[in-house]
Amino acid sequence: MIEIDRLTKRLGDTLIVDDVSMVVEAGTIAVVVGTSGAGKSTLLRMINRLIAPTSGRVLIDGQDTMSIPEDVLRHRLGYVIQGNGLFPHRTVAGNIATVPRLLGWDAKRIARRVDDLMTLFQLDPAEFAKKYPHELSGGQQQRVGVARALAAEPALLLMDEPFGALDPVIRNKAQEDLLSIQRRFGTTIVLVTHDMEEAFRLGDRIAVMDDARLLQYGTPAELLTRPAGEFVERLVGTTERPFRLLSLTKVKDVVEPGTSAGQPLDAATNLRDALSHLMWCGRDTLPVSDEGGALLGRITVEGILAHARQPA
Amino acid sequence: MHVSPKARVARERPGFLALAFDRLGALVALMMALALFASPFVTYRPNRIAGGEPRGLLEALPALAGIGILGLMIGIAFVAVWLRKPLIRLTAASLGLALLLPAIGWAARFVSPATNTFARVSPALGFWLLALALGLLLADSLTRLRFGPWERLVSLAIATTLLAILLMSGAWDDVSLVKEYTARAESFWREAEQHLFLALGSLTAAVLVGLPLGILCHRIPVLKSATLQILNIVQTIPSIALFGILMVPLGYLAATVPLAFAIGIRGIGAAPALVALFLYSLLPVVANTVVGLDQVPALVVDAARGMGLSRRQQLTQVKLPLSFPIILTGIRIVLVQNLGLATVAALIGGGGLGTFIFQGIGQTAMDLVLLGAIPIVVMAFAAAVILDAVIDLTSGARA
Ligand SMILES: Nc1ncnc2c1ncn2[C@@H]1O[C@H](COP(=O)(O)OP(=O)(O)OP(=O)(O)O)[C@@H](O)[C@H]1O
Ligand SMILES: [Mg+2]
Repeated sequence: MIEIDRLTKRLGDTLIVDDVSMVVEAGTIAVVVGTSGAGKSTLLRMINRLIAPTSGRVLIDGQDTMSIPEDVLRHRLGYVIQGNGLFPHRTVAGNIATVPRLLGWDAKRIARRVDDLMTLFQLDPAEFAKKYPHELSGGQQQRVGVARALAAEPALLLMDEPFGALDPVIRNKAQEDLLSIQRRFGTTIVLVTHDMEEAFRLGDRIAVMDDARLLQYGTPAELLTRPAGEFVERLVGTTERPFRLLSLTKVKDVVEPGTSAGQPLDAATNLRDALSHLMWCGRDTLPVSDEGGALLGRITVEGILAHARQPA
Repeated sequence: MHVSPKARVARERPGFLALAFDRLGALVALMMALALFASPFVTYRPNRIAGGEPRGLLEALPALAGIGILGLMIGIAFVAVWLRKPLIRLTAASLGLALLLPAIGWAARFVSPATNTFARVSPALGFWLLALALGLLLADSLTRLRFGPWERLVSLAIATTLLAILLMSGAWDDVSLVKEYTARAESFWREAEQHLFLALGSLTAAVLVGLPLGILCHRIPVLKSATLQILNIVQTIPSIALFGILMVPLGYLAATVPLAFAIGIRGIGAAPALVALFLYSLLPVVANTVVGLDQVPALVVDAARGMGLSRRQQLTQVKLPLSFPIILTGIRIVLVQNLGLATVAALIGGGGLGTFIFQGIGQTAMDLVLLGAIPIVVMAFAAAVILDAVIDLTSGARA
């Protein structure tokens, strides 16, 4: 758990981060969004003490970060820096092994871990382990940056625009991988992004920052249905709102009794994808099945649309 | 000799023996023509300081050999002007040198009268021009072949071995320079060793002091500007003046501190020479260390910090490795510079190969001057090739 308590950073007369408080529960993902220059990176960098706060404090699992030696703290907090910052003089494998080496893991364990991570991020170890960062594409470099942050199996992960340079297909895959890693290890993540789509996809909670201040910190649904002010409303996208709301609910939560003709939909599909599918097939209704293929009922366009409506 | 990439592309046309005019080749050919038809090949003197009589190539060698060499050199000049394939040019230049270098030994034997053991036969303008022209052609073809670091090191090793073989085989025993050497072999090696000691000793000291100083300057900007300014001023003091200036405090030190005297510090001799060379060496080492450390991308250092590398680890694992090629460039500058500057040490009794040069100038004995000068040039050249290759090797993988 990360507790950010009245954190402020002032440089001269300008406030870069202004009295921000938020709690990231253990095993959840908090996404920080906001305009460029809003102070997102600064907030993130105060968590691992790369920047010293002017006032306020950060607690990690109840412990004030100021009481933890800097390097110990940073070994515990995986950090994906904005713009990847790979070591140009080290190979991909060498880059990923950085923190495990600092922690004195034995060579075999490091090699195994590097291999696992490269495979996970679809970088064939045989092909990429010995390459240098400048021999990789921007997207590959970014994946190495993420793998490097995960190397020492940190329980907490700070990620500053980790998927910015990825093409949509790879980005989707990377987000999926991150979610599955996060679920498997119960990692607590704070992730900064510009991409609202990404924020809604990954965030258990979303923090909206503007001009050094935290405007709202809530679940994606809260942001959509009860935005704290015009800025948040605009940021979540007025035209996108119903669709984003739909993407937050799964088919299994709105399944109705009854049957219907056609190919059954997977119960784990989100409503937005389900609606899109129905529209594409030109149907009003389709059966719903679980993973095993057992029929659970049916879903209707009307039932879906009811969830896209502004709450009363 | 610099050829812009564009010009290079335009020049290297297909066709193995396609004729195409080459400007550098024309210069080479001109030098060769001047050497062959308008300059003496060797100079004959009845003794080592007497006036010389010039001998042309055809007088200096048995008739058939002279004509043969003349013909071959003309052929090489043709290649230089008209053939662009670097490999052909390399072969031509190597062949020319392989012929020219033994030929001078042969000419010396041929010209020396058997009765006069004091007679000196030395290479004259024609030989030097030919050597220079062929060297130019060789260097140019090597540049165009764009050899990698290992290939350059191997080439240097081969060239050195061939030279050593020539020297030891006795083929040059009648050349006046070698006679000069034979007469003072012992002092030659002593002074060569002293020369290396002065150049490498001051370099080592400069690295030991300059590297930490550079690191400190990188950390403390105020210190940086002050240090670099002082070192810049030192750099502008002419070497002989600096040697002289240092004689005063060191002489005082030797006279007043017995310990200083005991470890060999004197107002004249090696001590002021070493100190002066050390001071000259500091600027390149410190400046390149600072520049090297400063140019490490902030993002990379930031990432290192973010992953919990301590300041020391950031320095040893990230900043120093990333600035290593630039620091090595500073060391290369210093080494080549010191090998040259150590010559001046002879003037204040510091020894080194400069001893022969200044003695030679005093006695107007050209051979003696060359005995000092040629090894210095060879060492500086070899040092430059070796360090350039090392720099390429250390920066190669990461670009
Ligand atoms: N070292 C610094 N000195 C002065 N100003 C700074 C410094 N670091 C950041 N700032 C300023 O603080 C503000 C917030 O910077 P920060 O990097 O946190 O923004 P961000 O939200 O991460 O922006 P982006 O989305 O572009 O990465 C910016 O206006 C920036 O100019
Ligand atoms: Mg940022």
